Amino acid sequence: MRIDRAALADLATGAAFLGSGGGGDPYYAMLLGEAELARRGSFELVTLDVLADDALVVPCGWVGAPTVSVEKLPSGKEAMAGLLRLETMLGRKIDAVMPIEIGGSNGLAPLVAAAELGVPVVDADGMGRAFPESQMAIFNIHGISACPSVVTASSGSLTVIETSDNVEHERLARALAIALGGIAHMVEYPLSGAQAKAYAVPGSISAAIAIGAAIRQARAAGEDPFEALFTALWEGGLYSHAGVLFDGKITDLERETRGGFSVGRIVIEAFDGQSRVEVDFQNENLLARRDGRIVAMVPDILTVMDRETADSITTERLKYGQRVKLVGAAAPAMLRTERALDFVGPGAFGYPDAYVPIEQLNGWGA
Amino acid sequence: MRIGVDVGGTNTDAVLMDGSDVRAWTKQPTTADVSSGVAAAITVVLEQAGVAPGAIASVMIGTTHFANALVERNQLDRVGVLRLASPSGEALPPMTGWPADLTARIGDHVFLLPGGYEMDGREIAPLDETRVRDAALTLRSAGVDAIAISCAFAPINAAMEDRAAQIVRQVHPDAVVTVSNAIGRIGFIERENAAILNTALTSLAGRVIASFERALAAIGVSAPLYISQNDGTLISAAQAATYPVLTIGSGPTNSMRGAAFLTGVTDAIVMDVGGTTTDVGVLVGGFPRESSIAVDIGGVRTNFRMPDILAIGLGGGTRVHLDPALYGAVALDAAALRVGPDSVGFRIAEDAMLFGGATLTTSDVAVATGRAAFGDPSRLPPLSDAVLQTVWQRIQTMLADTVDRMKTARGDVTILAVGGGNFLIPDTLKGAAKVIRPPHAGVANAVGAAIAQIGAQVEQLVSYDKVPRATVIAQLSDEARARVAAAGGDIEKVQIVDVDEVFLSYMPGRAAQVRVRAVSDLVENRTTGATPETSLAAHAH
Repeated sequence: MRIDRAALADLATGAAFLGSGGGGDPYYAMLLGEAELARRGSFELVTLDVLADDALVVPCGWVGAPTVSVEKLPSGKEAMAGLLRLETMLGRKIDAVMPIEIGGSNGLAPLVAAAELGVPVVDADGMGRAFPESQMAIFNIHGISACPSVVTASSGSLTVIETSDNVEHERLARALAIALGGIAHMVEYPLSGAQAKAYAVPGSISAAIAIGAAIRQARAAGEDPFEALFTALWEGGLYSHAGVLFDGKITDLERETRGGFSVGRIVIEAFDGQSRVEVDFQNENLLARRDGRIVAMVPDILTVMDRETADSITTERLKYGQRVKLVGAAAPAMLRTERALDFVGPGAFGYPDAYVPIEQLNGWGA
Repeated sequence: MRIGVDVGGTNTDAVLMDGSDVRAWTKQPTTADVSSGVAAAITVVLEQAGVAPGAIASVMIGTTHFANALVERNQLDRVGVLRLASPSGEALPPMTGWPADLTARIGDHVFLLPGGYEMDGREIAPLDETRVRDAALTLRSAGVDAIAISCAFAPINAAMEDRAAQIVRQVHPDAVVTVSNAIGRIGFIERENAAILNTALTSLAGRVIASFERALAAIGVSAPLYISQNDGTLISAAQAATYPVLTIGSGPTNSMRGAAFLTGVTDAIVMDVGGTTTDVGVLVGGFPRESSIAVDIGGVRTNFRMPDILAIGLGGGTRVHLDPALYGAVALDAAALRVGPDSVGFRIAEDAMLFGGATLTTSDVAVATGRAAFGDPSRLPPLSDAVLQTVWQRIQTMLADTVDRMKTARGDVTILAVGGGNFLIPDTLKGAAKVIRPPHAGVANAVGAAIAQIGAQVEQLVSYDKVPRATVIAQLSDEARARVAAAGGDIEKVQIVDVDEVFLSYMPGRAAQVRVRAVSDLVENRTTGATPETSLAAHAH
């Protein structure tokens, strides 16, 4: 399958939604992708099942604070430098590249890297959305090592991380990102084809493209883009429930770059002022309380969207006064297992609350 | 008393307002030199009301000149771009993703220079003054006199942009320079885009603003001149000449606010029918609905906050494409007819059949069906009822579809029909609960300019370790409200429209640059006119 200019724009729209507010605004990644398409025509996308068991499949993406990513832009050499160093270290060619997370700009970032390397992108990812920390990848949940991992920056710096502990790998990568100005590129969790087929979230790139296409077509036809989004999520099979949790205007926005993350809180008030919702975020939106009651919690997806156009607004693009809908969607089932919740559930972010699926919190029928 | 003027591509409209009363209004053709049309329009309203030029307290002009120049790609300067960020950002050079015909006009005079800041205040690379100087010399010898300077994290530290601008001015004294920190906040590409667009418009802006001033001088109006900006507030003429990009969204804002003012309706869809386009926007609680996402201007992404407008190619001068052999047809095949999107524009008074021209326009059809009365109906060709019906139905379908696209809820909405071509909107439109056509609907834009809002901005460097955030924001909000009131804004209607904080993590004590912006309507019956200088913060936007 090929990704052309139209599919790239749809992917950007879909990935922005699946980012749950994080993963970086795909707009700049899309501009980079378009420039690459002008040179090469299209990107090659392959399904997991075509990978040989002994293939070398490499996930990659940007690590750091999205608020920095809109100001400190890539030199364009980061991904290639990291991938080539990994090839040198492992003494073999990379067969395919994969986004470490489908959410946000990281869902698009590997396209250009793969094209430069001359290999396809795998239609899968390591998170099924976006998460703030590297050890939240599904590969860690299944005990695969993140290393060897290579961190590169626009300055030309390159650092190899070799640890046996994936949480320590995240800590080192985060510290490096801070030292490098708040944003860096990371190649991590090198996989065999067999591991990718066993553990990666399958079909997430094409799911994101389908989501984006549904929103685009609904807008063009003058239909409700939110309904189109929910239908596309449902039909894609990965995300079983979705709906609008709140509708209103952003009346407060606390947003800081701390510890290499964008952290803070969004307050959205209903237009009649009678009700409000508060959303906590750490790069990604994690938990929403409507008038004090929890209505969505991580790993379920929680995205702030323009209430007219259904454009997803990533953390760093939120502004006071925006009129928005807060939309929630069920996370892929593989993120909701008891074992996965230890890594990506509310407890992993310091919340005392036990995870309750979004459809139960909101009484959404099956 | 104050005068509001709307300078459009086709007509120059003026209104004379005394408090909330429209004392006089006129619609004059826009002239090639701009100033004589403005002078004529103002002269007419002064004469109509029997008011001396000296009695005018202020003049507010809204203009679509700069927006049109960008859309039509004409009268733009070639721009040199100095970006201080390398090696960061080299993957996305300036003007990436811009429409090719626009970059062809602006040119490819781009210099990627070392510099910029990290988020924590460190330099990505030191400023290389020699290379800035060389770039300025290169541009000078290439005859490029408009220069935009951008720098990574300029909103947290403007020093490098300001120093580079200083060097450019030394080497190339004739150059106009726009630094990105004067135009926008965090979001590098959008801020740089806005700076480049602004620079491309600077010499046109200088000419247009000077022609406005000449027009006022010629008729003896010595009142201060203000220009409408994107959010419905005013900036001084001098500021508009320096930052024309801040005024490009004012047209739709003025027509929507004018429509709300003239009808008293706060929630509705506004349809402003001009000569070439119909601009459709949505009023929510008396304010134009804004687009949450970045706005494309002439195909370029910026992060200005502007009304969310849908424009369709249908206006009073829109061409009706139909074989003259079919003018008398007893039945008309849908495929034989096309309405627009092209228009005769300001040539309507020559080209439309009503005025002896040879082009069938929507205005001709409206007059032929008795829905409007102007021009000379005897000059119209014989058009059969079937033809008139088919064309009229096509126009109605176009309008109804647009309303449908802008609707957010099911059910019928209130439509406010304004603009010189509002006769194209009938009293009953599919999807509309009712159509309100206020008095002075044809000059709603000029009314919108005259009732401009008062804005005030307060900006402060604060330390959240010393004062809690909530306290800081409450204090700054109160101060912004007070400033709006002091400047003539209605304290009852004041709204906080923006709270923006940028953390300066290179400073101790959780330091942040906090900016709060408030706006309000002018207090009614204040005949002294506004003094909007308070909104003229050092940083525009």
